[in-house]
Amino acid sequence: MSDPEAKFGRDPHVLLRVIAKFLIPLIALFAFYVQFHGDYGPGGGFQAGVILAASVILYALIFGLTEAKKAFPPRLIRYGMTLGVVLYGGTGVVNFILGGEFLNYSNLASDPAAGQHYGILAVELGVLITVTTVMIAIFYAFGSRQPETSNEDW
Amino acid sequence: MSGIMTAASEPSFVVPVLLLDISLLALLVVVAFAIVRMRSLFAIVMLQGVYSLVSAAWFVSLDAVDVAFTEAAVGAGVSTVLMLSAMLLADRKSTPVPMRRQLGALTVVIIAGAAMLYAVGDMPAFGDPNSPANSYVGMDFMAKTAEEIKIPNVVTAVLASYRGYDTFGEVVVIFSAGLGVLLLLGLNGNAGRWEAKPNGQVIKDRTAPSASQADAPQSDQPEMEAST
Repeated sequence: MSDPEAKFGRDPHVLLRVIAKFLIPLIALFAFYVQFHGDYGPGGGFQAGVILAASVILYALIFGLTEAKKAFPPRLIRYGMTLGVVLYGGTGVVNFILGGEFLNYSNLASDPAAGQHYGILAVELGVLITVTTVMIAIFYAFGSRQPETSNEDW
Repeated sequence: MSGIMTAASEPSFVVPVLLLDISLLALLVVVAFAIVRMRSLFAIVMLQGVYSLVSAAWFVSLDAVDVAFTEAAVGAGVSTVLMLSAMLLADRKSTPVPMRRQLGALTVVIIAGAAMLYAVGDMPAFGDPNSPANSYVGMDFMAKTAEEIKIPNVVTAVLASYRGYDTFGEVVVIFSAGLGVLLLLGLNGNAGRWEAKPNGQVIKDRTAPSASQADAPQSDQPEMEAST
């Protein structure tokens, strides 16, 4: 699976790969729509994070884990899952440095409602980063424990 | 969501919606029985995804759009894949359990189900605006979101602002879950790419399993004893 281009000629999954290649950017884009539209419609950091992780997981399922690890290096996971929690907690800490309570975002801007907006945005971003990286981490961890499944193995 | 308000003001039991609910729930029962009866773990994992998707559709019918979204993304999407990758480490078929060993579990299920059926009588009617979940702090959230937070989606306001502590806890739970998996399995699952030599050898960050990726050959054998 290390060189998918060379194998495309007699690959039984060529249809799957082409369609997935078309769908994966759309899935990632939809994740960001869900993330930043969460104030107005259903969705938010959790759902967006899972959808974003699903795009990476789909890539791994179609093109193999090694390729996926090139596209989304496992190194990012350790930084990502910590960064998300720090971003969430940090937003709370910034609030009480600015004179409010922990996780009360009203002090983040001069207008309390605008402050709430910024706070929710920052907090949801933290949720997104942590959820995405943890989901990918769990998939990498399980998926890496055995060699690639051959077609006959099912 | 504005849907919650409209659902409460409209008559709750419109016949087509009721039929839809009944057919979705019937589908859930059918899928659940299929899962119980099946032996092929691959089919079971797929049916679990189907179960999640059908329940997501049912949540939409109940106007719980955010919950449906989460169920579809997490239940039908990611957890199906995670169950698949976990299943690949085990057998493809489950061995049948003899009937007499299932009797204890059957008793527990029957008692729990009877208790739940008994409790259904005390549940508030669907969409009841005076139900305990709607009347106290829930009404405050509905009323104050428009002036305090000024975002249309009350669910997001409750999740990220009013109940920010809960959500912070959830993020920490997810973080700890990821941490636990990484501590137990490692990112590469030690799939023959990394050998731990703890005898006096310092393992640097860059040589940890997550950093080495493509160049190492795909070796199939070393982790076989771990998967059996």
